[in-house]
Amino acid sequence: MVSPTEYLPKSYRPRVSTYWWLARWAYLKFILREASCVFVAWTVILTLIGIRALTRGPADYAEFEKWLRTPILLTLNIISFFFVVFHAVTWFDLAPKAMAVRVRGKRLPSVAIAAPNYVVWIAISVAVAWILLRG
Amino acid sequence: MPNRITLQITRYHPGHDEKPRLETYEVPLRKEWVVLDALNYIKDYLDGSLSFRWSCRMGVCGSCGMTVNGVPKLTCATFVSDYAPGPMRIEPLKHFPVLRDLVVDTSDFLVKLAKSKPWIIRSVKKSLEEEYLQTPEQLEAYKQFSMCINCMLCYAACPVYGLDPLFSGPAAIALAQRYNMDSRDEGAGERLDILSHHDGIWACTFVGECTKVCPKNVDPASAIQQYKLTASLEWVKSFVLPRGGQ
Repeated sequence: MVSPTEYLPKSYRPRVSTYWWLARWAYLKFILREASCVFVAWTVILTLIGIRALTRGPADYAEFEKWLRTPILLTLNIISFFFVVFHAVTWFDLAPKAMAVRVRGKRLPSVAIAAPNYVVWIAISVAVAWILLRG
Repeated sequence: MPNRITLQITRYHPGHDEKPRLETYEVPLRKEWVVLDALNYIKDYLDGSLSFRWSCRMGVCGSCGMTVNGVPKLTCATFVSDYAPGPMRIEPLKHFPVLRDLVVDTSDFLVKLAKSKPWIIRSVKKSLEEEYLQTPEQLEAYKQFSMCINCMLCYAACPVYGLDPLFSGPAAIALAQRYNMDSRDEGAGERLDILSHHDGIWACTFVGECTKVCPKNVDPASAIQQYKLTASLEWVKSFVLPRGGQ
């Protein structure tokens, strides 16, 4: 009796390594981009803690500022800053892929979608910096 | 430029080998040679038992996709001299079962491709005397996605497909989108369930490598992200509009 699977070709099924994301720089960049959301979340939480300290009065806010100056927070926030910038840059660069805007039948070039995002980002950053540094 | 280059090539003999192994061959290094020429040289002069797929030699048939130094490539369009002095490593396409040496089992892709219904669907067909007219602008809307040659380099580059074999994958979704965007097609509704399934577009995490390795600039990553927007709008419409906007 011939087994029904006897003549099926035997094949080798490769397994994806747990460390597949270290195999190529492009994959590592993707993982870092995804991981950046943790630092974005941390930045939001830090802002909320800051606002809460602000509403509780000057003493609490001074305490919050003192906490910000501790080496751990300083290190964490420097790392967070780079990840948040990386998050924003990768987000803006991917935006043209997701948005296919057509004007008179022709698809707008990537730069026409990405550039306005950068312009608005820089404008808001300058406005925030102006408000903060003016006093 | 040295006149010889070393190629490390995956060999796998089903039934004999427990798992694939690398074998080393030395071939002439010629300026005009692509990887496929080097493989044919090995088959003709060094080892006739080496198995690999190829057909057109001009980037049209999509048969000769392999992993060259870790990156999915069409071997008919990859020059050996670009990798001098070597050694080069030629492996089968990643994420597919290996049948023998550099030949992979493509069945999974073919099943997924058929599921995405890559053909023109009409509710009422016109008679054979009538034409389905299309303007150059309407052609432009889907032309890029229609350039796909089913070479599966995008599947080999996609870590999501490697980790989750149920994922429909880049080419099948891009080709579904090619027909969705065709002004003659009326099958977008039929494709919605397949595409917006969690193994469809929502499994994609936008690594973007499918687009980078595509030899025809199809940009499947873009097709998937654009369809995510379409599927989301359909989902909203199903709540907001009477009878789900049908």
